[in-house]
Amino acid sequence: MKDTGTKKHAALAEAFIQDREKADWHDGALWWIRQKRDMQANVTPQWEELREAASAIKSNVISNLHTYLLQFEANLKKNGVNVYWAANAEEHNQIIYSILKAKNITEMVKSKSMLTEECHLNEYLNERGIDVINSDLGEYIQQIDNEPPSHIVLPCIHKRKEEIGALFHIHLGTEEGLSDPTALTRVARKHLRNVFLTRRAALTGANFAVAETGEYVVCTNEGNADMGAHLSDVQICSMGLEKLVPEKKHLGVFLRLLARSATGQPITIYSSHYKKPRPGQEMHLILVDAGRSRLLGREDFRASLKCIKCGACMNTCPVYRKGSGLSYHNTITGPIGAILAPNLDMEKHADLPFASTLCGSCSNVCPVKINIHDQLYKWRQVVVKEGYVANSKALSMKAMAFTLSSPTAYQAAGKTGRWFLNYAPFAINNKFNPWYKQRDMPDGPKESFGEWYAKNGEKKEG
Amino acid sequence: MTVGLFIPCYVNQLYPNAAIATLQLLQKLGVEVVYPVKQTCCGQPMANSGFEHLSQGCDDLFVENFSGFDYIVAPSASCVLHIKDHLHSDTAPEEALLIRERIYELVEFMTDILKVDRLQARFPHKVGIHQSCHGLRGLHLAKMSELVGPAFSKPEQLLNMVDGLELVTLDRKDECCGFGGTFCVAEEAVSVKMGKDRVTDHTKNGAEYITSPDLSCLMHLEGILHRDHSHIKIIHIAEILNSAL
Repeated sequence: MKDTGTKKHAALAEAFIQDREKADWHDGALWWIRQKRDMQANVTPQWEELREAASAIKSNVISNLHTYLLQFEANLKKNGVNVYWAANAEEHNQIIYSILKAKNITEMVKSKSMLTEECHLNEYLNERGIDVINSDLGEYIQQIDNEPPSHIVLPCIHKRKEEIGALFHIHLGTEEGLSDPTALTRVARKHLRNVFLTRRAALTGANFAVAETGEYVVCTNEGNADMGAHLSDVQICSMGLEKLVPEKKHLGVFLRLLARSATGQPITIYSSHYKKPRPGQEMHLILVDAGRSRLLGREDFRASLKCIKCGACMNTCPVYRKGSGLSYHNTITGPIGAILAPNLDMEKHADLPFASTLCGSCSNVCPVKINIHDQLYKWRQVVVKEGYVANSKALSMKAMAFTLSSPTAYQAAGKTGRWFLNYAPFAINNKFNPWYKQRDMPDGPKESFGEWYAKNGEKKEG
Repeated sequence: MTVGLFIPCYVNQLYPNAAIATLQLLQKLGVEVVYPVKQTCCGQPMANSGFEHLSQGCDDLFVENFSGFDYIVAPSASCVLHIKDHLHSDTAPEEALLIRERIYELVEFMTDILKVDRLQARFPHKVGIHQSCHGLRGLHLAKMSELVGPAFSKPEQLLNMVDGLELVTLDRKDECCGFGGTFCVAEEAVSVKMGKDRVTDHTKNGAEYITSPDLSCLMHLEGILHRDHSHIKIIHIAEILNSAL
């Protein structure tokens, strides 16, 4: 897998922006999806009530997770599905390997699973002689390019069609310069058709799982998850603990929200419900924790477990649109990734809560009303308290806090050349300050308002 | 009615004209205004950088300066939102809570409390509104594009009372400008790209001025405009509303 090394969000985003034309295109493509989402939201009756209902149902789920999980497990078993519990990525990968090994399977087709990306399942299985093909077109393209997905719904949205054409030319032998999306899709389709017909094992994720019935639902547009599952001898589902809804009727709320929020479609082309193995088929379901129960224990952050992975927060986030998803150096990118990642590895992801202006757009498009931007603010406090911040920043903040807590120090500093221009971290008048790279600062005025007021304030104005 | 005038640190020091316009405007509207001279800052620069624990001194000073007023008004949506959401005091918890309830950004104070329905102001220019995110999504000064519901805009409501002023229609009416406090230096490339894209939206739609209830956004946009030698100017909404006939 291509590695982003130790570079932080700011540097990775800056690199993406260097190609101005591509960055503008990326921003425009995602903004177009945001607008499609708005159009759908505006014509869907009781949109805001739906969001509220979805949020409440998910609150109930994460507050009673233990009960729902046991109910789900019991129903899965009743339906003839093998159930496994994985505490972490390693356990998850081992379980899948053991299922495949028992059947002497060396090739698997996979779709709709960010969780297995998070667990680095492909690499794990490859090392053990098992080949995995991602069958979602976007994921397939990312896999060919040996790069993680940049967006949870639109995995290769950061690539232009010409780049994809060049990849297909190298890896699938298409004609050089071919970049027509329909033609490229046909090539991928032909290649994948053979994969579906020959692979005996198929893995999918789950968009929703119903505790009441033991079924799980996979939402796709390409039909690839179904194709893989229906043709497999061994069907595997990897799902995070939080994917549950209590009853089947609740799906009506989420299916109305998911695709509209994600891509501005009324609904995905396929909403497939999987419940029981066919005669002669095996079904396995792995319930994965991998940090989720730890997140449940963090009161300020547990609401992020409500996420239904629609990607609306990415499409709306201007920082995401300008800087692209790969800049987040985490499997789940964008605003939701920035609040999920510090729970997994705070040191590695300490920069992500700061990769936001706290504009609040994310929280207001979120179909389950996660307070994303409040959590970004709260993660900043945690990250600083845990010591994952540069000493220089801590010192300048202390100096700033000292002056701003003391009217005397503040006024004394203000008199000499405007305190603000000398002390505010972004305004410090120094050619090394990034502010001045592409911006100017206003010249300090002759007098501050405080000084003006001392002279003129007492006499009534107007 | 006595109003405590809160002039945020950077407005005080860099944009005194906006502060003077705010004071004069409130006085014109018949409000008794007091400016507590020992005020400094709302504490947001530290808090948004993850150093909320260092902002207690600012909080205590704020409570000391602004207790006892009927209302506290400031020409800065962002600072007002910070006080509303985060002002905290261990020694005077009730006063802190009262301040959080009584603090208003200038525009919403004019529309919701003073219920201003006419203004003696003239500003014969094409103006683009930059919705500050904290004003829009924090204080709900206008309907944000993300939510479904009836349209409203308090800044527009007031600007429509200004003689000669023409509002321009933007392609993206409430996109963030990319200032974001220390974000503007920590994420310089993204911040400037966001700012440039906002400026382009105003430019191509014919604005002569960009106005906002938040000067921090405007300071960032002004920095970009100035570097590019643009003829477009920034102006705080108080200065437009206070502009003489």
